[in-house]
Amino acid sequence: MATLDIRDLHVSVQTEDGAKEILRGVDLTVRSGETHAIMGPNGSGKSTLAYSVAGHPKYQVTSGSVTLDGVDVLDMTVDERARAGLFLAMQYPVEVPGVSVSNFLRTAKTAIDGEAPKLRTWIKDVNTALDKMSMDRDFAQRNVNEGFSGGEKKRNEIMQLELLNPRFAILDETDSGLDIDALRVVSEGVNRFSAQGDRGVLLITHYTRILRYITPDYVHVFVAGRIAEQGGAELAERLEAEGYDRYVRAGSGAVAVGEPASS
Amino acid sequence: MTSPALSGGIASHLHPGASYDVAHHPTPSGREEVWRFTPLKRLRGLLEGSPSADDLDWDVQAPDGVRISQISTADAIDLGGPAPVDRLAALSVANSGGAVRLHVPDGTELDAPVRIRLRGATPEQLVWDHLVVTIGRSAQATVVLEYEGSATYSAMVQVLVGDGAQLQLARLQLWDDDAVHTGHVGLRIGRDARVRTFSASLGGDLVRLVETTEYDGPGGQLEQLGLYFADAGQHLEHRLFVDHNAPHTRSNVDYRGALQGLGAHTVWIGDVVIRKVAEGIETYESNRNLVLTDGCRADSVPNLEIETGEIIGAGHASTTGRFDDLQLFYLQSRGIPVDEARRLVVHGFFADIVRRLGVPEIETRLMAAVEDELVRSVGLPPASAVGA
Repeated sequence: MATLDIRDLHVSVQTEDGAKEILRGVDLTVRSGETHAIMGPNGSGKSTLAYSVAGHPKYQVTSGSVTLDGVDVLDMTVDERARAGLFLAMQYPVEVPGVSVSNFLRTAKTAIDGEAPKLRTWIKDVNTALDKMSMDRDFAQRNVNEGFSGGEKKRNEIMQLELLNPRFAILDETDSGLDIDALRVVSEGVNRFSAQGDRGVLLITHYTRILRYITPDYVHVFVAGRIAEQGGAELAERLEAEGYDRYVRAGSGAVAVGEPASS
Repeated sequence: MTSPALSGGIASHLHPGASYDVAHHPTPSGREEVWRFTPLKRLRGLLEGSPSADDLDWDVQAPDGVRISQISTADAIDLGGPAPVDRLAALSVANSGGAVRLHVPDGTELDAPVRIRLRGATPEQLVWDHLVVTIGRSAQATVVLEYEGSATYSAMVQVLVGDGAQLQLARLQLWDDDAVHTGHVGLRIGRDARVRTFSASLGGDLVRLVETTEYDGPGGQLEQLGLYFADAGQHLEHRLFVDHNAPHTRSNVDYRGALQGLGAHTVWIGDVVIRKVAEGIETYESNRNLVLTDGCRADSVPNLEIETGEIIGAGHASTTGRFDDLQLFYLQSRGIPVDEARRLVVHGFFADIVRRLGVPEIETRLMAAVEDELVRSVGLPPASAVGA
């Protein structure tokens, strides 16, 4: 049983006009075994939450805390956070020219486990992971994300999730840009990960579409840098019907990130 | 005697006329455009052109079908290769006391690379060399020149590739850190011939190599790949010139460099001339530099001189920068420590180009040499997880 605890998190980014606050006091607790969906309009700060927890240097935490079983996460480097059990599936996975998927995965696995995986079982594990994500086996020889289609990039992220098997997975708009087949494959991967029973998932999404495949235990509506409402899976259904308008209007005093105050 | 290609009247300030006559190439002051990047004092008197009978140790592994012979300088010149474009190249021909000719006869397809290892004993050893590689019509060959040890070395290398032939030529400057290596590699590519060259400069106190290419007819193709890795105090200079003097020819140049340590200096000058006659050609040249530490300097200057617009395409690119933060973040977010992530990025940067060489044993050797360089760099420890 592990707990990822986010308390009163405030995060800013540097812009040409100085520091701009994007997260304005986020409280969220994810326990192992739970799947949380974070939904919200564009620019509400959902992705900022993901990157801040993962430790992207662009995002400056100005106050609040993030702890993993009581241990301060914000004090850790990006790689330390990953080794502590956090995983971020990115919305825009990065190309690494000249580095094969195979080499990348093995280097990551070695770093996470603290020892190199046994060669024979490792090749089998990688092939199994590729098969599960309906990816060709020669994928492992391609350069990381180079020339991958949008769908291949997302499959590659979820394949890593399964191979590295962290304690908590943050999925940043993994569903965006996926066709229906890829969405199903990716969702099944996430469900296999959750089905272990002791893993936590923080699923960030703009659309309810992926929630037909992944059933969240909790749904949080994110507006203007903080959680505006929370509920169970039924909340997602209401969002499907009503959209985010209600929240955006209710929070008209709040400014959507990246947009002028008048919008 | 003037090379036919350069007697064509291109007024390029980057390329003084070629000639075997040493007097045609006055001793540079260092202010000339083509010499301004080079620390002349570190040439160890090469420009004075003192004669020397010293030689590197040659270790030749050649498959059947290759002919290697000693020929006179006059005979070497008569083979009609590109003439020396600078003083050091002209001195190399004048002082080498003959040339070595490596010949692959017409129609011969070699089943293994020709591998020549050249080793110098000490940096005090002054060596002038002249090598002529002739690849016959429709022949296929891979030639690897590996330079090791130390010397003060200057060479003229002329490469004549016959019509329809295929040549892969790799030159690996794997010198000790006190070597000096200068000179000119001049290629002439026959009709419809395909040439891929690969240059790797890792060692040496000063390396300054001029590579020129011209075509002997339409349809020739050149792929010119290179990597260099400069450590503290090293000067590695590569000057490339592709003369599209025939129609429907192609060239693609891709050089990549990394720099680390105080005073590491790299120079890459790329120049492509597209002559009026060269309709339907396609050319691209690219140079990318990765600056790993403070205190380094990378000069990168691509040039394109176009005399006809009737071409398929012409372009160039040059980038010099530090690590891509996004790449590092992505790798770190998978648990990979930052030093290891940096090492992986550099490894990939070079592996991307080395694997295009297509000679597995040399690829392995080169990547191992790159790894050695990375080990030297502070904060980039060796890692076990590389090579998959």
